[in-house]
Amino acid sequence: MGMLVYLTRRLISLFLSLVVASMVIFLVVEVAPGDPASYMLGINAQPDTIAALRTELGLDQPKLQRYFSWVTGMMTGDFGTSYTYRAPVAQMIADRMWISLPLALMALTLSALIAFPAGLLAASKRGKAGDVSVMAATQLGVAIPNFWFAMLLVLLFAIKLRWVSAGGFAGWDNPMAAIKSLTLPAIALALPQAAILTRVLRSALIDTLSEDFMRTARAKGLTRGQTLWRHGLRNALIPVLTILGLQFSFLLAGAIIIEQVFYLPGLGRLIFQSITQRDLIVVESVVMLLVFAVIVVNFLTDLAYALVDPRLRSRA
Amino acid sequence: MNRSLLLGACLSAIFLLGALLSFVWTPADVGAMDIPNRLKSPDFHHLLGTDHFGRDLLSMIMVGARTSIAVAVVAVGIGMGAGVPLGLAAAAHSGGMIDEFISRGNDLIFAFPSLVIAILITASFGAGAINAIIAIGIFNIPVFARLTRGAALSLWQREFILAARVAGKSTTRISAEHILPNIANLLIVQGTIQFSLGILAEAGLSYVGLGAQPPTPSWGRMLADAQTMVALAPHVAIVPGLAIVSMVLGLNLLGDGLRDRLDPKLRVMRT
Repeated sequence: MGMLVYLTRRLISLFLSLVVASMVIFLVVEVAPGDPASYMLGINAQPDTIAALRTELGLDQPKLQRYFSWVTGMMTGDFGTSYTYRAPVAQMIADRMWISLPLALMALTLSALIAFPAGLLAASKRGKAGDVSVMAATQLGVAIPNFWFAMLLVLLFAIKLRWVSAGGFAGWDNPMAAIKSLTLPAIALALPQAAILTRVLRSALIDTLSEDFMRTARAKGLTRGQTLWRHGLRNALIPVLTILGLQFSFLLAGAIIIEQVFYLPGLGRLIFQSITQRDLIVVESVVMLLVFAVIVVNFLTDLAYALVDPRLRSRA
Repeated sequence: MNRSLLLGACLSAIFLLGALLSFVWTPADVGAMDIPNRLKSPDFHHLLGTDHFGRDLLSMIMVGARTSIAVAVVAVGIGMGAGVPLGLAAAAHSGGMIDEFISRGNDLIFAFPSLVIAILITASFGAGAINAIIAIGIFNIPVFARLTRGAALSLWQREFILAARVAGKSTTRISAEHILPNIANLLIVQGTIQFSLGILAEAGLSYVGLGAQPPTPSWGRMLADAQTMVALAPHVAIVPGLAIVSMVLGLNLLGDGLRDRLDPKLRVMRT
């Protein structure tokens, strides 16, 4: 029962967030200066040619009507047609998604793989050399811009050592080559995030370690390691899950910039291309898709911790 | 004095002084090109080397610090200026309509991927420092609103606030005269952290060409220019990056140090 009420409330707020998000994105793009039709036809275009193209693209319709057709279109998977490429936006997004999504997921996995051992080490050796060095490394990690780190990786692994190519994407026909070209970008994305995650995990574990039930677990004969593993980690997982959820949004957004460093033809490059060509419909749809992904992931994170911690259901 | 406060304060002061000094003096003219001396490694004449136009990198870093600091300071100002009053209002009317409205609004902005929206805003309204400031500033508002609300809520339970209410002060006056001074420390610490995040955000935006436009030097664009040159002259990519890292590290250490010094009990979530 508690779970059902919780789920309903969260679903309503999820829906409202999406509605507001779509309105904000539409408004920002619509009020922006620059007419796509005149941009496409160049400065020498005749006014009547521009008007004809505006009609063709549906730009002459009232804003409200265009908003609704955009939103209802997206719900049925129709993201409209790109002004410049005259291709369905949905198809363009789908093609590029195969780079950005694996990249974000690889980075998320990497950051968890680094952060969990590092956070556990720091928390269990609190105040000792291991903890101090992990914390110093994270302090540096949060200060490094990921695109600069990416450039350093290129300098070392592509230019000096020649282990990988400096950029570009080989395509998924050859999965090994594809993963190889995503490796450096994923490391660049993951490291600063791993630093944040390590800090959160460490402080959550330290908080949990001081709880009474941890002492009880020790008293009933579990070793330090067993208590940390069975009771500490599970309880510390709640703040960690929140951060992991938030990180997904950072990783998607970060991927946009990292794709520029490695010349990866992902969603990020699509956004920047469309921005320079004033291909509004593509910009709107890609941004909406990213925001949608982030809001839904945060929603799923909330659900996940309602499952991990039953206490949260009643509190919500 | 604790070590992180000292180190953080020193690093931050170096950049601040460098930026201020650049208004009256730089080692070389930042606009002056010197093609024969392009991509020079650091030497006695150019302490940090030169870029692909032969411009002195140290001078560009100094002038670039102005851009970074200005963007971050104003963005934090926007966040505090709007966020703190909103947080105070929400706490003063806790549980009411105003609180509900402000808190849901905060949740909503938090759910947005800030960098994507910053890109959308700067791309739609034109690339430039002003739009970058607005885009970064908007996402600082909920940070300060949430922090202020949380801290103010616990203060409203205290006896001295009750005394002020009994004395007949209005909620607005209590918020301004009693709540605000008591949460100032917390706001300063968070301000430092947002400042460092602002530096990183500005660097990211100008790296993709959406921040300050030429000829205004900015660290992010120096990195973007360096990208194609990295194989020829690694220092052009390393120098601006180190500047960003040192400044951000300095501010973070300063924030940590201030937090410990101002109130050891305070624990600010850093995400």
